[in-house]
Amino acid sequence: MEQIFDIYLLEALINGLLFGGVLALLSLGLNLIFGVIDVVWICYAEIVMFGMYAIYWLHAVYGIPIVPAALLAIALTGAMGFLVHYLVISPILGSPPINQLLATGGLLFFLQSFATLLWGIEFRNLGLRLPVLQWGELYFSYARLLAFGIAVIGMIAIYLFLTRTYIGTAIRAISQDREIMTLMGVDSRRVYLVTSVVGGSLAGLAACLLVLQYDVHPFVGLSFGPITFVICVLGGLGNMIGGFIAAFILSEIISIGGFYAELEWGYVLAFAVFIVVMFIRPEGILSKKS
Amino acid sequence: MTSVTLVNGSKWGERRYLAGAIVALVLIVLPTLNRELPVFGTGADWLAYPMHIMVLIMIWSLAYTSWSLMGRFGLVSLGHGAFMGIGAYGTALLWNYAGLTPWIGIPISLALVAAVAFIVGYPCFRFRIVGHYFALVTLALSEIVRQVIMATRDYTGGSLGFTPTPYGDGFSLYALQFSDRTVFYYVALASWAFGLWIWWRVDRSMDRFALEAISEDEDASAAAGIWVTREKLKITILSAVMTGFAGILYMQYQQFISPDTVSGIAISLQIVFAVVAGGIYVMFGPTVGAIITILLAESLRVAIGVSMVGLDTTIYGILLVLFIIFLPKGVLGGILDWLSRRKAG
Repeated sequence: MEQIFDIYLLEALINGLLFGGVLALLSLGLNLIFGVIDVVWICYAEIVMFGMYAIYWLHAVYGIPIVPAALLAIALTGAMGFLVHYLVISPILGSPPINQLLATGGLLFFLQSFATLLWGIEFRNLGLRLPVLQWGELYFSYARLLAFGIAVIGMIAIYLFLTRTYIGTAIRAISQDREIMTLMGVDSRRVYLVTSVVGGSLAGLAACLLVLQYDVHPFVGLSFGPITFVICVLGGLGNMIGGFIAAFILSEIISIGGFYAELEWGYVLAFAVFIVVMFIRPEGILSKKS
Repeated sequence: MTSVTLVNGSKWGERRYLAGAIVALVLIVLPTLNRELPVFGTGADWLAYPMHIMVLIMIWSLAYTSWSLMGRFGLVSLGHGAFMGIGAYGTALLWNYAGLTPWIGIPISLALVAAVAFIVGYPCFRFRIVGHYFALVTLALSEIVRQVIMATRDYTGGSLGFTPTPYGDGFSLYALQFSDRTVFYYVALASWAFGLWIWWRVDRSMDRFALEAISEDEDASAAAGIWVTREKLKITILSAVMTGFAGILYMQYQQFISPDTVSGIAISLQIVFAVVAGGIYVMFGPTVGAIITILLAESLRVAIGVSMVGLDTTIYGILLVLFIIFLPKGVLGGILDWLSRRKAG
């Protein structure tokens, strides 16, 4: 009996790790936007939701193969990222940061209810059956493994983009000092727009991975939106490596909590840990203690 | 939060008080009108529906006013859904499972709300968690309460909702259950007026100046001798307890609660947005926000029916974005600004 128990725990640990990959990808886009533009997109998870719907319609309804459908969905969310910045954020860049947070919160309501209006509240499933992998006595879902792999590749790609390209360097520079960089001849409006498009595309990539595992419905954003924000704050808003580590810490807490009790208690525990850690290290887990 | 102006200052003169007295009189006299009058051609109670809407507006106005108590000082909490949920579920659970009358259950639940507000608020203010960070920490609190309600679904009914056990024939002072809408109308009216009175007291207190100074520059106000943590904590606990009370009123009135109606991030955001839409810096701003949002939802529901679910919040979402971009002081704040500018010539 003891032996089997441990195997299940190991399975929970590995599933937590795999889940962490998707969460890390989700928080990456949000962190990028925050680090550069200093705005929290409360509606980020809703952009992911639109990406999920896009894949569902393109693949399950119109029969486009999954890979082009995913690319189109990523393009769509990238365009949404552009629009969010161009239409909502840029007119109020100068106003208090909390106004920007609230404006994107208004977008959250809009996107959520617009999806309800267009497609109703029923749960839709991609209908893609991915095999379950067996390794010894352990079982993993292929979808999760795939999601984890793509999430890691996506993060490496973002890392290379930020360190090896000209615009990536400009993005990193502007996140370090917003005022000086404009004096150095960097067009901050262009950098902001590129960042928003990249952030939106990352939401699309996350959508591709989530739609493999979860049904899509207008309120799906509420089920992983809060945990994404919490990860970003725990890692230190704008700190991508911190967010990466925080994603795995919280996904393990959720997974192990869900293993010993119900999944909701896993979330309760994760949020409680978050609040406690915030009091010890308000600037995130990687900050130096002042 | 740099331009906090007293737009509801003395420019309006005595007429303001006269108008207020007339509105108060109308609100008090309204339920005594003859219900049998064939106003719309039917002999049915023509006042039932308008009164229902007014009770909802007054209860939500109380919640919104409570939020604006701290929101106007830049303390943007996304955790007020949690306070509503704790108040409403606390009282209802004590009634159903411990047989405690709401007369005892309400103080216990409100004490719990105050304790939670203290536990989260104290470290936040002590360790200078402000702005985005404060909003997101309180958002986590909202989510905790919602997840706890879901996880304890054996007792709370989870997402299916929860109904307090009916007592007697549905009209009981002991259980605070009134099948007669008129009683609740007066309860809601009194609570709403009480909430406005608290707002007015805070507005004219030294704490207001302290909090305004803190929202401008925390270090400078601390240096000037303001006990920053204590001031913030006072307003947060006051705001949380009043929001919890609004949640209890809602529960006692509707006799049904679910995580979607009294807890979680959606309600927290709804509270913030109604206040922003109405006007965050003026006394009746949150009330105007409640009137706008509830009337919008109800009129669309009546006009279009339930065939287009989500249309009201779609419009509402667009309006909110437009408000924040073009009218950050809200409808009432904007109108009062315009009036005072016109008076000034």
